[in-house]
Amino acid sequence: MLAELLLKWPLIRQLRDRADGTGPESMTGRTLELAPKNEGAKSARSICPYCGVGCGQLVYHRGGKVVSIEGDPESPVSRGHLCPKGAASYELVTHPGRAKKVRYRAPFAREWVDLPLEQAMEMVAERVWETRARTFDRTHNHTTGMAHLGGATLDNEENYLIKKLFTGGLGMVCISNQARI
Amino acid sequence: MAENHPVAFQWVIEAREKNGAKVIHVDPRFNRTSAMADYWLPLRAGSDIVFLGAMINYVLANQREFREYVVRYTNAATILREDFKDTEDLGGLFSGFDGRKYDPESWLYQGAESKHVPKTGGGHGKDRGGEAQDVHQPIRDETLQHPRCVFQVLKRHFARYTPEMVERNCGIPREKFLQIADIFTSASGREKTGAICYAVGWTQHSSGVQTIRSACILQLLLGNIGRPGGGILALRGHASIQGSTDIPTLYDILPGYLPMPTYEEKDLRNYIQKHKSPKGWWYNLDKYIVSLLKAYYGDAAVENNDFGFQWLPRLTGDHSHFGYWTDMKDGKLEGLFVMGQNPAVGAPNARFEREALARLKWLVVRDMVETETATFWRDDFEPSEVGTEVFFFPAASHVEKAGTFTNTQRLLQWREKAVEPPGDCRSETEFVVRLGRMLKARATDDPRDAGLRALTWSYADDDNDQVLREIHGWHIGGEPLRHFGELKNDGSTACGCWIYSGVYDGENKALKREPHGRYGHGWGYAWPLDRRILYNRASAAPDGSPWSERKKLVWWDEAKGEWCGDDVPDFTRGKRPDYKGDEDRGGDEALPGDAPFIMHPDGAGWLWVPSGLKDGPLPAHYEPLESNLENELYPQQKTNPVANRMERPDNPYAASPDERFPYILTTYRLTEHHTAGGMSRTLSHLAELQPALFAEISPELAKEIEVGNGEWITISTARGSIQARALVTQRMPSLDVQGRRVHQVGMPYHFGRNGLVTGDIVNDLLAISEEPNVKIFESKALTCNVTKSDIWPGV
Amino acid sequence: MAITGFLTDSTLCIGCKACEVACKEWNEVPSDGFVFTALSYDNTAALGHSTWRHVKFVEREPHAGHGGNSPSHVTWEFSSDVCKHCENAGCLEACPTGSIVRTEFGGVYVQPDVCNGCGYCVVTCPFGVVDRRPDDGRAFKCTFCYDRQKFGEQPACAKACPTSSILFGDLEQLQQLADQRIAKLHGEGMTDAKLYDARDTSVGGTHAMFVIRGDERAYNLPPNPEVPTVHLRKAWTSAAVAAGVIALTTLAAFAMERRS
Repeated sequence: MLAELLLKWPLIRQLRDRADGTGPESMTGRTLELAPKNEGAKSARSICPYCGVGCGQLVYHRGGKVVSIEGDPESPVSRGHLCPKGAASYELVTHPGRAKKVRYRAPFAREWVDLPLEQAMEMVAERVWETRARTFDRTHNHTTGMAHLGGATLDNEENYLIKKLFTGGLGMVCISNQARI
Repeated sequence: MAENHPVAFQWVIEAREKNGAKVIHVDPRFNRTSAMADYWLPLRAGSDIVFLGAMINYVLANQREFREYVVRYTNAATILREDFKDTEDLGGLFSGFDGRKYDPESWLYQGAESKHVPKTGGGHGKDRGGEAQDVHQPIRDETLQHPRCVFQVLKRHFARYTPEMVERNCGIPREKFLQIADIFTSASGREKTGAICYAVGWTQHSSGVQTIRSACILQLLLGNIGRPGGGILALRGHASIQGSTDIPTLYDILPGYLPMPTYEEKDLRNYIQKHKSPKGWWYNLDKYIVSLLKAYYGDAAVENNDFGFQWLPRLTGDHSHFGYWTDMKDGKLEGLFVMGQNPAVGAPNARFEREALARLKWLVVRDMVETETATFWRDDFEPSEVGTEVFFFPAASHVEKAGTFTNTQRLLQWREKAVEPPGDCRSETEFVVRLGRMLKARATDDPRDAGLRALTWSYADDDNDQVLREIHGWHIGGEPLRHFGELKNDGSTACGCWIYSGVYDGENKALKREPHGRYGHGWGYAWPLDRRILYNRASAAPDGSPWSERKKLVWWDEAKGEWCGDDVPDFTRGKRPDYKGDEDRGGDEALPGDAPFIMHPDGAGWLWVPSGLKDGPLPAHYEPLESNLENELYPQQKTNPVANRMERPDNPYAASPDERFPYILTTYRLTEHHTAGGMSRTLSHLAELQPALFAEISPELAKEIEVGNGEWITISTARGSIQARALVTQRMPSLDVQGRRVHQVGMPYHFGRNGLVTGDIVNDLLAISEEPNVKIFESKALTCNVTKSDIWPGV
Repeated sequence: MAITGFLTDSTLCIGCKACEVACKEWNEVPSDGFVFTALSYDNTAALGHSTWRHVKFVEREPHAGHGGNSPSHVTWEFSSDVCKHCENAGCLEACPTGSIVRTEFGGVYVQPDVCNGCGYCVVTCPFGVVDRRPDDGRAFKCTFCYDRQKFGEQPACAKACPTSSILFGDLEQLQQLADQRIAKLHGEGMTDAKLYDARDTSVGGTHAMFVIRGDERAYNLPPNPEVPTVHLRKAWTSAAVAAGVIALTTLAAFAMERRS
């Protein structure tokens, strides 16, 4: 036991290996066992969420948590490279400032309060329904009493559903997104 | 491009390093792109059409056009009507101006039938086919000598766009311009091509669409469309901004650039009659709208109820962002959804935008952080005076949901889901699907609710795969389509977006990750039909052989009797190059085998736009809506006559000229930040790279206002004042324009009040305005003043 | 095991700072503070305990008609600086705890579990790279992504770099590539292009080389970096001479006393 410990002592190791104490003989257990943090993690093939170039990303995850996000070397668009924004994607999805709770601000209130997701959804549905009933123009089969903004950061499928429900179902015509910005 | 699309810029670097490509950068400031360019030309913000017009003039005056391409593939030879009058004849106006808007009748080709002009519209509906042209055979003079042929009209129109005008109006020395014009126009002909890349520096102007049109004319003259290494690439700024135009969350179009119906289009027959084109690809419009209605309304959409066409709402005016936002400001809107956008910082006259939010009854914001749009009520206002009820829903990130983005090259790429979203975070799909269920449950027998009742909505909570299948389409009661070629107008097919049809023919091609060849086929799916370069029939000569070995892309294979090559041909495969076109058959079959621009009824690339634009068939230079300079091209017409200033007390303009605001202000993005900052000011690793708002000014201007580098300055426009740090740099040069020294001020617009780093909101300085065609605002050229700040924030 | 290196080519660098961010994301390096410097677009200012890749911005006067890349007018250059991983590494030689080691790839690695924050390495680095973190006192610098290299992965900065201005690979091959690159740049009229690798100094060459134009001092690179230990022989000689003199004097003093 003592001998084993002594053998691990860098000075002994240096003497035995005739090394100068600046190489592997001075490495600690942590250093010797060092491995990339995404080693053995699963990877999902993804696309950068920032600009319109569409660089490939590999999202490494383990146990339901994202471990790291890197460029996808196979992408013919980006060949594994990312810009500073794309390279910051790991922080984007994990940073502490990310909102994770539904928040509600009542008319004239000074602060947010938390609201259960289900309740908030019900309240929004009710607001939409009331506004639509109040503002529906039967001649033009539409409402200009409520509007939607946004879409360029969303998925195609999400834009499809928004347009289908809001325009095709509810008769909303005031629909716009960043394509004008 | 290096500044805002760094990873795409690797291809420019590679072209420069491996092929000796010359990189020319035209920009008021010397930025990271200029640093990598061979040539940089600083120009006065707002003078792009003078520059591009002079390039066009240079081509025409020096016979630099790719003659065979121009004669055979563009409408250069087409004869125009006698009653057309150019800006040359009418002091800066085209014929048809009634003092408020244009009647474009006289812009049609000689012999074309009269068209009715839609009362509403504008926006992306310009792409619709049916509005543009009819079945007649244009009259052509292929010698290009007829005085009323497009080529000759073009020559006369651009003759005044001289190198001297460039020197006086853009601030680019004449000899520098001539040098660059020579270099760029040499990228033409059988062996060479040149590309133009642009971003919102070109579009966010009161003549934004016409700037892009100028580039189109230039590239068509040089034969640079539909060919490898050619083209015009819009560098778009969001992950799926292309997708959100294709499958629009926009007011004036339906998926696949089908126009939204107006009140005049009483029934489906009216709609189809108006928009279906007798010749060219838009002949198929009826199949696409009927299949979309089948996707929306399912079994309830049948022939004798017009497939539910009457359930679609009708447009009655300008329902664009700025159209409805002014209504909001005037208290005419009750509710608003904002998803993944931050208008409190990102929209022009942002103070106006925030004040409008305070007039709403309710507001729903969905984002990954509490943006300034979500917290407007406590940022600018005494909360107890704001009656808006605000719901904030945290959104799932791109790794917490599966789905497709469409990149700036029309490439659909599917993202796999990596992890579950945390806490209350949900995808927009889940939010909208569940909201839809709740609302459908409320639907009554009232006719108002008929469309909502009919709307098919059997979606799982969070399954974009299912939605993408609907976008792709199927045969009713059966198999998925192969592609949009199978769509029918009889209700036997359903398809959510015809241009995307082909992406899921049993296999999700957006998820394909096996790239091969130099165009990346096998990786993702480029609409339409995985074509990587649009109009690529033009990469071959009229006889079907490649223009040159070096620039070959697709060609006619006589042995196989079809088009083939390195890309999917953007042409009917079996249509011979010598096919004459059959007028009686209509549609694509009416177009001959040497007409590459299949979306147009005449199959030609449009040097001249006979229909579809609101501010003229050709580009003309007008000064920005705020300008201290003269319009030397057309002294009688200073600004775009049909741009909408939307001027009102809360959206005021400076006079033009206005000695209170002697400098030019232009805005932009930085590599280190993203748009309104919600995805970058919140991240420590990006925030530290650009932690403060600054204004770039020249040493000359700094001296004039006695400001040192890093000191606080106040920038003001007619809308208001903000503070920023001065970044004094020779990269933002002062220029000699119209015989005087012009100083330009450049500011990034990323900053706001929330996040790790904060700063004043630059867009508070902008005015809301609408370009006539797509209703984009002018952010790239306006007038301002800059002074040294008396009070230094936080010091 | 291959000896590896970085070749950072400032003539290909677009100054995007992806290397800075990719490094920090992978190595979980905290931000370096939100300080606006007004020094061009450079707000991280220098390499330090929390900036292991640093893009320097060198601004000069632009000329209309000449892009920044033109041979005659250099306007705005960017160069991504990093630990040089010296052949004769001052930090490694000075480290009294054995915290700093040379890896099998030739890189110089600070073992955070050994470092006690003595700071000897900070003052002995000829390039001012190594830096102590104020909160825990330990020294930090570029790890050469030793964890990634061990598993055949390239360092995070080189992988991210959009224009491949940071190349990573076999050191000898990179040296050849660098020579070819310099020759090409010279051929294109950029006769001021040169390689900076400190080969002819006491540092004895580096594992991080740089293609630059003009004076290296503009890029924060010392023209003649010195490993402090080159002075050791002289120091020891002086010490020995001094000791000898003292000994002799002492002996002489005793001798004198006896005599008297």
